[in-house]
Amino acid sequence: MGFNLALFILISLFLLILIFPIASLFLKITPEEFVRSLSEPVVVDAMVLSLITATISTIIVIALGTPLSYVNARVKYRGRAIIDTLTDLPIVLPPAVAGLALLMAFGRRGVLGSYLDLFGIQLAFTTVAVVLAQVFVASPFYIRQARASFEAVDPIYENAAKTLGASKVQVLMRITIPIASSGLVSGAILTFARALGEFGATLMFAGNYQGKTQTMPLAIYTTMQSNMYDAISLAIILVVISFAVIMTVKYVTKREI
Amino acid sequence: MMDSNGKLKIILPLLLIVSAILFAGCTGTTDSPATATPTQTAVATSTATATATTAQPVTLTVFTAASLTGAFTDIADAYNAQSDGITVQNVFDGSQALRTQIEQGAEPDVFVSANTKHMNALVDEGYMDNDTVQLFLENSMAVIVPADNPANIKTLADLANPGVKIVIGTKDVPFGSYTRQVLEKMNASESYGPEYVDAVYANVVSEETAVSTVVPKLTLGEADAAFVYKSDILQEYKDQLITIEIPAEFNVVAQYPLGVLASTENKDDALDFIEFVRGPEGSAILEDYGFDPIPESQ
Repeated sequence: MGFNLALFILISLFLLILIFPIASLFLKITPEEFVRSLSEPVVVDAMVLSLITATISTIIVIALGTPLSYVNARVKYRGRAIIDTLTDLPIVLPPAVAGLALLMAFGRRGVLGSYLDLFGIQLAFTTVAVVLAQVFVASPFYIRQARASFEAVDPIYENAAKTLGASKVQVLMRITIPIASSGLVSGAILTFARALGEFGATLMFAGNYQGKTQTMPLAIYTTMQSNMYDAISLAIILVVISFAVIMTVKYVTKREI
Repeated sequence: MMDSNGKLKIILPLLLIVSAILFAGCTGTTDSPATATPTQTAVATSTATATATTAQPVTLTVFTAASLTGAFTDIADAYNAQSDGITVQNVFDGSQALRTQIEQGAEPDVFVSANTKHMNALVDEGYMDNDTVQLFLENSMAVIVPADNPANIKTLADLANPGVKIVIGTKDVPFGSYTRQVLEKMNASESYGPEYVDAVYANVVSEETAVSTVVPKLTLGEADAAFVYKSDILQEYKDQLITIEIPAEFNVVAQYPLGVLASTENKDDALDFIEFVRGPEGSAILEDYGFDPIPESQ
């Protein structure tokens, strides 16, 4: 009985610490204020920009991350552990480090940026910079999941297809990817959610301009200094989307083969 | 085992609901600063005299506008070196962010704002010890460009050239609202006019929330020009930046107020620090940084 009580108190306390702040967001705004702020240009612009950039970022991560994850799951090569670690690194890097790194690479005087500048291509302070920042910080979520999903595919099916005359591409498209699909989808959804929440690197590398680089997290940071309700509304929308995303991932992965 | 799980299922949501109600109750009481302040001030003054007699080490937290970062770092060092047991600790951020923090429960001892708007708001809401609030500093705006001047900006007129990347403040941060006032005056003038101002706004690539993030972006060469305070062009950046002056007819006079928070327990020490800021040593440091201290008699 004493054990159960202790367990109960500890679990409740922990849940309170997690749920309280989020619940407070909903308690500090009236439905009328919430609806009103939904028509504020700063709120609408940020939502539109966030959804578009996070979608593009996710597509880029899938397109570039799938081959890497597949190779790392199937091929043993020298330095694989290092590549794996490097692609995981953005998860633990502070946003300031990510932002600074992006500036040093792609900024106008950056290692690569200074060459791009010669061709008149400037990335900092553009929507492209927002996408780059999101791809940088969110890609590990897809790559980790994708690699695990490919590893979980039993080669027996692939080999069977090969013996029946399927080409490498056919095996990949008809066998491997369909079997790994639920893992790939959940990884992509998590990547989308992380891209949506990206803040620090964007602020440093892309700047803060409504309609162009001001995503929802940046708009929350900016509006809380003038209109707390706009900030809370955006925060609530982000919380709801994130909640839906994680629930979707749980649903998708439960139906794994 | 099944039994206790069943109980948990019922009790856990109940507990959450009860605590949510308690929480809502708490926020209800803190939402009325007007009623809370008089008692807070009473407590504050009594403890202030108490600390004065016992002379215990005191740390003063000073919420300071980001544009004063250099000057107030030096002033705090100078003050800490000569004060007896009082240590000043600055927290630098945009004035509007500091104001929001105070409104949300932060309790610094002194607030130094880069404009009167945010100070007046706190005065009206009862957060300040009103008698202590005073103007102490003036500042004005200037345009800065990186030393290698990638967009080749020589005059204010060049800011309207296509492709120039300009950084300004958001409309809520003081240096951002002053920038808009300057552009408004140019908008109304014969020599510049609306077309010029529209072109300048079209060149804005980022709106920053504190002046402290603007100068690094300029020195890194990521932007071509920025509207900042005259005082932001520090000695250490002199060789990395070129200043373009804004004529007085278009310029604004930014006035900086400071004051003691109503909730402070160190009012006497806070006033002593303010005295130091406005005294000869503080004024000299502020002048070094390009500010114009307002003489104390005013």
